[in-house]
Formats: sequence, C-alpha cells, structure tokens
Amino acid sequence: MSDSPQTYSAKDEVGQVRARRTRWQRAKIELKKAPLTAWFGMIVISIYVFIAVFAPLLAPFGEAEVTPVPYAPWSSEHVFGTDQIGRDILSRLIYGARNTMGIAFLTTCLAFIVGGGLALTAAITRGFVDQIISRAVDVLMAIPPLIFALMLLSIFGSSIPSLIIIIALLDSTRVFRLTRAVAMNVVVMEYVEAAKLRGEKLGWVMRREILPNILPPLVAEFGLRFSFVFLTIAALSFLGVGIQPPTADWGSMVRDNASLIQFAQYDFKAGITPLLPASAIALLTIAVNFVVDWFLMKTSGLRDEF
Amino acid sequence: MHPILSTVLQRLALGVLTLFFVSVIIFSSIEFLPGDFTQAVLGQTATEETVAAFRREIGLDQPAYLRYFDWIGSLAQGDLGTSFSGRAASGVDRSRPVVDLVAPRLANTLFLASMTAIIAVPLALTLGITAALYRGSVYDRVVNALTLTTISMPEFLVAYILILLFASLNPWFPSLANVTTDTPFWERVHKCTLPSLTLTMVIVAHMMRMTRAAIINLLASPYIEMARLKGLSPARVILKHALPNAWAPIANVIAFNLAYLVVGVVVVEVVFVYPGIGQLMVDAVTTRDIPVVQACALIFASTYILLNLTADIISIVTNPRLLHPR
Repeated sequence: MSDSPQTYSAKDEVGQVRARRTRWQRAKIELKKAPLTAWFGMIVISIYVFIAVFAPLLAPFGEAEVTPVPYAPWSSEHVFGTDQIGRDILSRLIYGARNTMGIAFLTTCLAFIVGGGLALTAAITRGFVDQIISRAVDVLMAIPPLIFALMLLSIFGSSIPSLIIIIALLDSTRVFRLTRAVAMNVVVMEYVEAAKLRGEKLGWVMRREILPNILPPLVAEFGLRFSFVFLTIAALSFLGVGIQPPTADWGSMVRDNASLIQFAQYDFKAGITPLLPASAIALLTIAVNFVVDWFLMKTSGLRDEF
Repeated sequence: MHPILSTVLQRLALGVLTLFFVSVIIFSSIEFLPGDFTQAVLGQTATEETVAAFRREIGLDQPAYLRYFDWIGSLAQGDLGTSFSGRAASGVDRSRPVVDLVAPRLANTLFLASMTAIIAVPLALTLGITAALYRGSVYDRVVNALTLTTISMPEFLVAYILILLFASLNPWFPSLANVTTDTPFWERVHKCTLPSLTLTMVIVAHMMRMTRAAIINLLASPYIEMARLKGLSPARVILKHALPNAWAPIANVIAFNLAYLVVGVVVVEVVFVYPGIGQLMVDAVTTRDIPVVQACALIFASTYILLNLTADIISIVTNPRLLHPR
C-alpha cells in the first residue's frame, strides 16, 4: 500500500509508536514526587536491609561470641558495651536485624500465601466453601492474636519453625478478610466469567485474572502485616517465648538487658542500652508505616486529611 | 417483634455461638500435645503407674467429647481444673487448683485495667473530638504526630522509656509494681502509676485516632451540612445533630480499645513484674502448664468477645435509624 502525504491513513496513525515510558522511568518520576516522610521510610528500610544482608561483614564480633567482661560499659572496643554474659551488643543488634526481620518477612509471606490463596478460592468458588472458610476465620479472629499465639506456643514449644507457622496462620486470617473483600469486587467482572467459561483452571483464574487487579491494596497490606508480625514476634521474644537464645533478636535483647535501666542515674549510656533494640524495632515500624501511607495514597487516591 | 430487639437477639446468639467455638478450640489444644507430655510433667523417672494414674486423672482414657462436656460443666461451676506444676515422678501431688492461681491475679489485672480505662477513655475522647472539630489546626497536627509515634512503638519501649524517666533518673515511682492482696489502696495506685500510664499512652493513641476519624466522617454527612446551612449555631449542630449519631461509633471505639487493652496488659505486666493474669499466662506458657494456659486464654478470649459484643449491641441500640422502622 502506497500512501501520499496528502491522504489520511488511520493505519498510519495507529502504527505511530508513541514513545512510552519504561517502568523504571515512571518509577523515577513517582519517586521524585514522594513526600519527605516516604523518603525517610525508604531510606531507613534500605539501611536495615543492607545491615541484615551484610551482617557477618559489618559486625565486629560473632553473633554468640562471648568476651571476658560481662556488662562492659560503652567503649571503643564495644561500642554499646556487652550484655549479661559478655556478648557485644552492637554485633547482636546487627545480627538481630537479620534474624528478626528475616523471620518476620518469612512469616508474612507464608501468611499471604495461605490467607490470600484461601481468600481467592473462597471468592471464586463461593457457595458453601466460602461460607465454611469465612465462618472459621470469624471464630479464629474472635481470639486475641497474642493470646492465641501464647496458647499455641505452650503446646508446640517455642522453636523458630513453630513460631513462624503459628504467627503466619494467625495473621493469615486478617489477610483472608481483606483479600476476600477486594476479590469479591473483581470476581463478578465479565472477564473473569469469560475465563471460567473458557475452561481455565482455578489457579489460572486466580493468578492471571484476579490477582493483578487486586494487587495494590495487597501490597499495602503486606507492609502493614509485616510491621504487625514484626511487633508480635518482638513481643513474644520479649516475653521469653519467641526466638530463643543464643539467636540474637531485638525482643529478647530488651528483656536480657532490661535491668541495666536501673543504673541510668550513675551511667546514662548503660541505662539507655536496653532501649537501643527497642528503638530499632520502633524505627522500622514507623518507616514501614510511612511508606505504606504514601503507597496507599498513590494507588487509591485515599488520603487521611492532614 | 421490634427490629431492635430481633437484631440484638441475633447478635447475642452469634456471640454465644462464637464463645462456644472458641471454648472448643481452647479445649482441643490439649489434644495436640505430643504423647510424651505426661513424662514432661511428671519427670523422666515417673513409673508406669504414676503416669497411668495421671492420665486417668486428666481423663485421657475417655473420648474427647465427653471430656469437653466435663470440662465445660465444671467450668460453669467455677472449677478450672488442676495445675500441672507441683507434680512429682513419685506420685506426690502438690498441685494447686487453677482457680486459686487465677482468681487473685484476675482481680489485680482488673484493677490495672480499670485504672487505665478511667484515665484513658475521657482523655482519648476529649483529644479525639477536639482534634476533629479543630481539624487542620496546629493542635490537631501535634496530637496526630504524637499519637502516630506512640502507635508505632512496641509497648515495652514505651514502658522502659517511662521507667527511665520517672523511676530511674527521677525516682518518683517504683519500677516494680509488686502489689499483694494487703497493699493499701493508695499505695497500690502509686505502684500502678507507671504500668497504667504505659497502657494509657498505647490505647489513647489508638482511641484518639479512631474517635477523630469517626467524628470527621460524621461531620461530613449531608444532614450536618444541611443543619449548618440552615444557620444553626455550632453548639446546636454538635449537640442536637451530631452527638446522637456519634454514640454508636464512640461506643465501638471504646469497646474495641478496651479489648485491645486485654492484650496489651500481658506485655506491660511482664515489664513491671505486676502479679496479674497476663504474667501468669506467660509463666504457664514457659513451664507448659496447659490447664493454667487454657484458663487464662479462655478468660482473655471471652473478655475480648464480650467487649466486642457489647459494642455491637450499643451501636444497634443507639442507632436512631432503627428507632423508627419503616
């Protein structure tokens, strides 16, 4: 087909490729517009992740390495002193980032796989399957999570695998609620119906038709869930039934060094040592919340009036 | 039947059903114990006969459903079973009834919780309502920023900061809240100051934010705008038009946060070594004293469910729309 400049060709216009921005470019533009709090959150999270990944290289001492002086004060050798049996606090803080965050991350992923999977199954099949799962979740959610976790830990014992499984199961109920609610709006769409009529399998409909359409609220929920799981694990470890020694963990570090706080009058630095791991927990939670807030605002247009 | 009554009855029935299922879950937890737990309780040197006698005593020779009815029946009579601790391999049994362990500690916990509630509820509601009314002002921003920070902190961080400031650096309050049954009232209040202050800070943050959101949501509804447009005074708009509709969300917020208090109390009791039921539960979990854990879990869970149920019923009863059925 030959075309002269005078004639209009619809095919040509359609054929003109508009230079689209790549994903990376769009992300960069969004990032430039991100508010200060979101930037703060992202920077803090990246630092934490960096520390967690390179923990063995950054830590001056080993995770459970015992040095001769217990309760050593802050010095150039032990930046934050040592704990009750002479382990370097800074090193344990660094390894703690790896353990606490790693376990919380794994738990959250598991909670999303279980809760999200069940929710999508319930939303797609509906009928009595949906009824049974939903009612079961209602009952499980009627028990306060920390209490439920304590009860289950007393039965299965406090090992890291049982900790991960128990908390993941408890949190999956919350994931289930949200996922089912958002998925219900999508499963009634024609394209899902079309996919079903085409004879696609349950897994395919879940992955290819529904999941992409409900992703933004789920990603935000992932952040919030992560900080909840993180706080729950910290609380359990603080209570002495979570992550067990010698594994370094922020919650149990607070517990082990708590008595130092009594000496704050005489040595202020020693007094605030137990607050260090606790603040590390709080800082990460705040950072995650900031990023999630920004992300929610971005993807849903929802905004708390500030 | 009046629509309010039927809705309330429906909700009550649902609550009872939930309680039943929760009790089944808590009961059946013991079924998942590994088979050798009798040895763990009695010690390695326990003889066949002692183990058999112990299994008979906790009813492991009977089918589970019979034991459930047994358990729930004696529960209704105030008998929570016998603690696992204090038993020896030789068959000597110095274990105590769970009720004796739980009852005094439950009273302590209730004291701490009510002391917190008395401070926290009025404070949070005032902060929340004023922040909503003066939305966007400096006051609103400051309160918001402060509460957002306390929400993100784990309870024990708040607790230790308070200990550092008010017990260690300035020895005004004791950092250990070791009360006994014969501690005089005001000394008890003095000892409970820091624990209840910690809990207050944690739940005021949640409660204030939820109240603020509820009120803002309410003030945005069309009938409030209508009342304003017709020229009513702000006080009249708030008292006559907003408040009757605000009871439901406010009651919800209070009950929800008191339920939250139930959980928060566990960590705070451990920090301050307060002899409450949360501390008891944590100790029982570490020693795997299942009957005590079950009793505590049941108390916590039923308080939680009952508080949520109360909130639901209050919001149904106070809903002006349900008062005039079509």
